[in-house]
Amino acid sequence: MISLLWLVPALPLVSALVLVLFGSRLSRGAVAAFGVGSIGLSALITILAALSFFSAPPAGNSYTQVLWTWIDVAGFKPEISFYLDALSLVMVLVVTFVGFLIHLYSAEFMVEDEGYSRFFAYMNLFVASMITLLLGNNLLLLYLGWEGVGLCSYLLIGFWYREPVNGLAARKAFIVTRVGDTAMSLGLFLLFTQLGTLQIQDLMQRASQQWQSGSIYALVAALLLLGGAVGKSAQLPLQVWLPDAMAGPTPTSALIHAATMVTAGVYLIARTHVLFALAPAAQLAVAIVGAGTLLLAGFSALTQHDIKRVLAYSTVSQIGYMFLALGVGAWQAAIFHFMAHAFFKALLFLGAGVVIDAQHDEHSIFRMGGLRKELPITFWTFLIGGCSLAGLPFTAGFFAKDLIIWAALSAEGGQPGFWIAGIIGALLTSLYTFRLIFRVFFGPSNTPVTKRPGYAMTVPLLLLAALSIVGGNIKEPFLAFLHPSLPATIESASAFLTEVQSEATAATVFLIGLYCAYLFHLQKGTLADALVVNPVGRTLHQWWFSGWGFDWIYDKAFVQPFIRAAEINKSDFVDAFYTGVARWAELFYRGLSQTETGRVRWYAMGMAAGSVVFIAMVLFL
Amino acid sequence: MLVRRDLIVVLMSLEVMLNAAGLAFVVAGARWHQADGQVVFLFILAMAAAEVAVGLALVMQIYRRFKSLDVDALSEMRG
Repeated sequence: MISLLWLVPALPLVSALVLVLFGSRLSRGAVAAFGVGSIGLSALITILAALSFFSAPPAGNSYTQVLWTWIDVAGFKPEISFYLDALSLVMVLVVTFVGFLIHLYSAEFMVEDEGYSRFFAYMNLFVASMITLLLGNNLLLLYLGWEGVGLCSYLLIGFWYREPVNGLAARKAFIVTRVGDTAMSLGLFLLFTQLGTLQIQDLMQRASQQWQSGSIYALVAALLLLGGAVGKSAQLPLQVWLPDAMAGPTPTSALIHAATMVTAGVYLIARTHVLFALAPAAQLAVAIVGAGTLLLAGFSALTQHDIKRVLAYSTVSQIGYMFLALGVGAWQAAIFHFMAHAFFKALLFLGAGVVIDAQHDEHSIFRMGGLRKELPITFWTFLIGGCSLAGLPFTAGFFAKDLIIWAALSAEGGQPGFWIAGIIGALLTSLYTFRLIFRVFFGPSNTPVTKRPGYAMTVPLLLLAALSIVGGNIKEPFLAFLHPSLPATIESASAFLTEVQSEATAATVFLIGLYCAYLFHLQKGTLADALVVNPVGRTLHQWWFSGWGFDWIYDKAFVQPFIRAAEINKSDFVDAFYTGVARWAELFYRGLSQTETGRVRWYAMGMAAGSVVFIAMVLFL
Repeated sequence: MLVRRDLIVVLMSLEVMLNAAGLAFVVAGARWHQADGQVVFLFILAMAAAEVAVGLALVMQIYRRFKSLDVDALSEMRG
């Protein structure tokens, strides 16, 4: 079954093409069958491939499928080939399976939208690009998928394009990630010129042979790749696009902006971990970016009103955890957290979609409430997802996050500072998660429920909820399975706590967060208001609410100067030359058109005179 | 041809010019003992006949439309 690997990205791509070309002529049922079915088949093939991978691991624990040579120019010979190892297998499994559930959900969620087939075309194209990104055997193919998912992200954020705000958010996401992508493409150029290949495995081998640890090339290449990862994964300082990206349909937010695409940066760093291990400074930068982002985004999530923006900041924060894990050298923990996060965050977004739908497109959590009884399935699954996110002991999120928090202290690159950041992050996570749950599902009912989810929406919720709970119990075999692709964490002896103590701290922090959220938002709803009224609290609230003012800084530092420069240079000075050419042409045209008088005798005169001149030239010159 | 304003006379002058060119070819052919001159004259003859047919038809149309054959009056196609 493993030889069918090429079908995994091909099926969604074909389906996307069919939907683009004939989507408007197909019935809604047929569109859903194509859109959901193709991903379902992909997921099925991936599961079968995974089974054969488990039962009979291929030689070297990796399987390469070369389809054809893409380009062959002067020694530069990238192939269209797929590379399946433990890392990419895990990622593709999660992407196709969670992707399938989200597609199933959207088949019902989007059914009243006029752009039904367009939606599925974009979503399928996204899955195809994402799988290309994950399976690509060389960095160029990976980059193709990387840009493909960026394009689909842009298209889906601006899906409801009649609202100018959505278009603005889409452009913002595209441009901000482009900043990172530019850094990444520079990194690819550097790697190719220095090492002469883009094949990832060869590249890693040559890098470790040719470059010493801490060499300047390794450092620059790793930092440039980190730039790409930071852009795509919405980390500091390019995190500003993700909260605005919530303008897209909710399933899009679940699939692209929570479960899969935004973790592409994590995948990139894990895939090129040899390079980062060669550049300890770059790896430290990864950890600092992760720790900083998880705190910043956690504080911002505390103050948001919009249910989807809370989840968006939470996503940024959780990816910060993954970066922290990568930065301290706990590669496997990062991928484990990716998997757990994909389950519970997709679940939370899908639950939020149900809630928003039921509340008549209301996004503000302060105008919701009491939905516990009205939407029981959504409530329980959302609660499970929230607990997993916040780190309730023995859920997937708990195991994954504790692995990272423990690694932040004990791993080779770990430091007490990172551990403290992780613990504060856990407190924040617990706080904002339960703030969300208490506001939405408890308390008095504010808006009547207008719509209830059907089976296509509740089944994915239930499955994801189950995965969010049991996903953590496979920790040991999971980490062992990843071992051939990613080295295990190297423990250093300097930790001042044991692993159990660290876990106990995290669990305590979870309870503190839960209790504080209970105090603020359930028992005395006025306590939170009192904090907001207090001038210090209000300033902080405002500051965090606006995402630490990054938008403001970027607006002042880049957007406004750019607009001003564009205004000054409205008549582009480069254009002056070309408009000059056009002016001269027009001048000659006016002069010559004077001679076209319409008089036959004038023309005959012209011809006669011309002949005389020519004959004279022939005769006398 | 350049000084006359009557379209018919202009056409006639054109015919005379064509015939002059044809005559030059025939004479040149006779001078150098080449048949090409006569061949070209036949071509010119055929061409002139066609030209007259088209030209006279145009003259008819122009007269119907403008009630005049003054070439200076027909200067509508200015640049």
